[in-house]
Amino acid sequence: MDYVSNTKSERKNMLKEIGVKAVEDLFNMIPEEVALDRPLNIPDGISELELVRKVQKHAAKNKSLDKLTSFLGAGAYDHYVPGIIDHLISRSEFYTAYTPYQAELSQGTLEAIYEYQSMISELTGLDVTNASMLDGGSAAAEAVVMGARISRRKKVLLPETVNPAYREVIRTYGRHQDLEFIDIKTENTAVLPELIEKELDDDTAVVVVQYPNFFGSIEKMEEIGRMVNNAKKAVFVVIANPILLGLLKEPAEFGADIVVGEAQNLGNGLNYGGPYLGFMSTRDDRSYIRQLPGRIVGKTTDVDGKEGFVLTLQTREQHIRRERATSNICTNEALNALMATIYMAAMGKDGLKEVAEQSFHKAHYLAERIDKLDGYQVVNKDNFFFEFVVKSDRDLEKVKNSLLEENIIVGYDLKEAERDGLLICVTEKRTKEEMDQLVEKLEVV
Amino acid sequence: MEELLIKDYSSQGRKGYSLPPLDVEKSDLDSYYSDYIREESPGLPEVSEVDVVRHYTALSELNYGVDSGIYPLGSCTMKYNPKRNENVARAAELTNIHPYQEDEHVQGSLEILYELKQYLAEISGMDEITLQPASGAHGELTGMMIIHQYFDKKNDNRTKVLVPDSAHGTNPASAMMAGYDVVEIPSNERGMVDVDDLKEAMDENVAALMLTNPNTLGIFEEDILEIADIVHDNGGLLYYDGANMNAVMGYVRPGDMDFDVLHFNLHKTFSTPHGGGGPGSGPVGVKDFLAPYLPKPVLKKGKDSYFWDNDRPDSLGKVHAFYGNYGVMLRAWSYIITIGGKGLKKTTENAVLNANYLKAKLIKEFELPYAADSLHEFVLSGSKQKKEGVSTLNIAKRLLDYDQYAPTIYFPLVVKEAMMIEPTETEDIRTLNRFVDTMLTIAREIKEDPELVNNAPHTTIVRKLDETKAAREPNLRW
Amino acid sequence: MSVKEGLIYSEDHEWVKKEGNTAVIGISDFAQEELGDIVFVELPDAGDEFNQNDSFGVLESVKAVSDVFVPVSGKVVEVNEELFDNPELINEDPYGDGWLIKMEMSDESELEELLSAEEYTEFIEEA
Repeated sequence: MDYVSNTKSERKNMLKEIGVKAVEDLFNMIPEEVALDRPLNIPDGISELELVRKVQKHAAKNKSLDKLTSFLGAGAYDHYVPGIIDHLISRSEFYTAYTPYQAELSQGTLEAIYEYQSMISELTGLDVTNASMLDGGSAAAEAVVMGARISRRKKVLLPETVNPAYREVIRTYGRHQDLEFIDIKTENTAVLPELIEKELDDDTAVVVVQYPNFFGSIEKMEEIGRMVNNAKKAVFVVIANPILLGLLKEPAEFGADIVVGEAQNLGNGLNYGGPYLGFMSTRDDRSYIRQLPGRIVGKTTDVDGKEGFVLTLQTREQHIRRERATSNICTNEALNALMATIYMAAMGKDGLKEVAEQSFHKAHYLAERIDKLDGYQVVNKDNFFFEFVVKSDRDLEKVKNSLLEENIIVGYDLKEAERDGLLICVTEKRTKEEMDQLVEKLEVV
Repeated sequence: MEELLIKDYSSQGRKGYSLPPLDVEKSDLDSYYSDYIREESPGLPEVSEVDVVRHYTALSELNYGVDSGIYPLGSCTMKYNPKRNENVARAAELTNIHPYQEDEHVQGSLEILYELKQYLAEISGMDEITLQPASGAHGELTGMMIIHQYFDKKNDNRTKVLVPDSAHGTNPASAMMAGYDVVEIPSNERGMVDVDDLKEAMDENVAALMLTNPNTLGIFEEDILEIADIVHDNGGLLYYDGANMNAVMGYVRPGDMDFDVLHFNLHKTFSTPHGGGGPGSGPVGVKDFLAPYLPKPVLKKGKDSYFWDNDRPDSLGKVHAFYGNYGVMLRAWSYIITIGGKGLKKTTENAVLNANYLKAKLIKEFELPYAADSLHEFVLSGSKQKKEGVSTLNIAKRLLDYDQYAPTIYFPLVVKEAMMIEPTETEDIRTLNRFVDTMLTIAREIKEDPELVNNAPHTTIVRKLDETKAAREPNLRW
Repeated sequence: MSVKEGLIYSEDHEWVKKEGNTAVIGISDFAQEELGDIVFVELPDAGDEFNQNDSFGVLESVKAVSDVFVPVSGKVVEVNEELFDNPELINEDPYGDGWLIKMEMSDESELEELLSAEEYTEFIEEA
């Protein structure tokens, strides 16, 4: 099955109009030495029924979270996704549209992005938000590169409490801009502000902090923010969890200059890691806005004075500034941003807060129970929001595997992040029953 | 505004969601994090579910998508997005999975990704593929980082990347992001890379030449093997921008043209929807000698299972937190197995046929600045119409009055008043003829009543928007 | 489109007005019209030094970015800060309120390489 509508005779008429005999003649300019002289080694096409059967076969080899109870987080979160989201984004005027280059035929996309920018700004406390980045990791990396451009310096302080995958992406991007990275080490689950202070100097370009951090703890945001703001011209980049910003103070309160993060948890499913969306907000200050990567939508008026929306401040972007652009980003994650927009609209002021609160209370319920078990300790029980670290004198690999046999994913094994322990995440979706079951199993393994 | 903002529907106390009641005892949040709790809730809307559904439905009605009609944006390959692919990408067992689940729990997904990698390798003539980049530009950046890593490991500190003046803006921007200085090389009078200019620009400091073939004029770089030799003889590498892959499938493979690295745009060539600007997916293919430098992890096939290989000591690092845009990959896989190897070739043939048909019809009224044979897209100039008092921008706006989307305009930069037209294979003869008729009508209108065209659009829900005001006094949030 | 008499022009479309040893520099009416509505201006700081034909700043319209080049060598003594908030002055009054910078010239003889109003008019007509 293919998607070509024209029949053989229609195609023949078209060839006549062009003035060639056969369609192959249109490819005559390809030199013989390079032309492919055999068919592609890819099986023939199939019908929709065959496709469905094939998909079912593959699907049967997966074990999805429909069949498992998951306490996995670590950057991808299993929150409630309202059913309306998929219905609305399935309207093909949304999902089959291109980037809104012709504004007059793209007001739906543009207005939705304007709403997205507005609502993300409400959460971060910074007034300028772009139309989305490729994911949380690349958003963090581009924020660091942007910060270094603004401060015109090269040294970046990167605490070990930042998501290790993000740290890797940040380093990968930064290396190519000759940035120098200083790891801020910690034995604990939060970083000591003194250690940041020790490294802060006139060469410091950027200080990065995650809020809450990878281990679920909240750093001493105010203290760190004050230090960074005092170190003249150093840029404070905060990687935040947007869903929690319905309840937690906006990073701008702590002096953040750029706030980024992963917004998958706003109404996007897990999808095995993508497509997700990065968000990025910055100060309403020309020197910051002009360095911001990505598309931005602005409100304006048309020739009749009617309000409408356009892509704006485009001279920052690659299609105009080429090698002097603020980034190479072109395609972003527009449809995922639309999902986040609908989520924020439907959940609203109270919804985000309730999700954050429920996640907090449930996580604390579970942590308390686990901590009471023989042989298990919650490392950061005095400071975690909805993810926490559990250590044990038992063999955690064995614990993990035997729980898997009971269809429970106990959490993220921190050995992937070169630490001991498990990172356990509890969202509002987990029930008391599921948590009690986990505790019960942990006790007996 | 045609439709109010969602916040304008807000009414204190309205709710658009419900959650199960909390089933555990509350902990003392306030004392725990008293310094971190917001004093005031964020200004999100308070609306009902019906408010939300009506509002976003209304917004969708202000949009135009491929399902609405022709979308002839050059270089964007706006082909039909098959619905069955959407169903595949919504199969719960394939999508409700966490990126950190054990490999043995996601074997079905990994098998799909592995098959996709093999298809992409076969289509392009490359040896190894990474699926991690989340867009075309992200793929370019990854490709340039692979090249950088390759030279780093050889202690070869090349500093420059060559980019033709007809290239997509992402090419020079990606090279810059990968730490290279960009040197632009001019096109010759036939719209192709000038071999003599290339020779002159080429030296031992050049890491790579980035090339799109066919280029943004839709013209095939006939001297490709000579170009490849010039680059390789100087120790440089050849990068292929796969944006125009729809022009060559089954006819010629970048790997056979001696390219070393390329990226694909799954959201162009392989029919996945553009979503109003994303998500895309930009896998990168390389020849064997570059495979060690790919971002980690790399998907591998073991004896009887698939796994993510993280043991990659020479890897450049990571460009995405997880594995890339998996949901987009599912759709592309579904597309490839649905139309098959023969279907891919037929796709290319009809994309090229449709473009050449439009070109043959439109050059009667519009100037064709480069006469060389073109493949899946072509570039006209509105210079003649400009002399008659109407710029290309207004021709584009007038098309909107006839309920059709406009071509890419003012790109490539080498053509004045450029209109870059790519119909794709999925448009039928009736749609193409309607587009031709409209364009010829507009050409006639320009002669008879240029002001009618200059004041376009007339029928859209908003008319020409004031972009100067938007840039001078940015209003970026409510 | 006007070419103001009494000014000296460069082929990059900048004009120079000589006031003693100081050169007032702006862009021509032709240049502002080609650029379209200017929305942003990036200019050097007073004290910055440039050689003839160096880029000293950037003018941005909605969809284009253009460098501006110094027609003569010297040191910047004053920048038209009014333009940061009102870039439209360049469009409205390119030879007056839309001036860009004032420079102390280091080699006045460079002025001789530039075009008179008459020569510049011919130059843009040919282009």
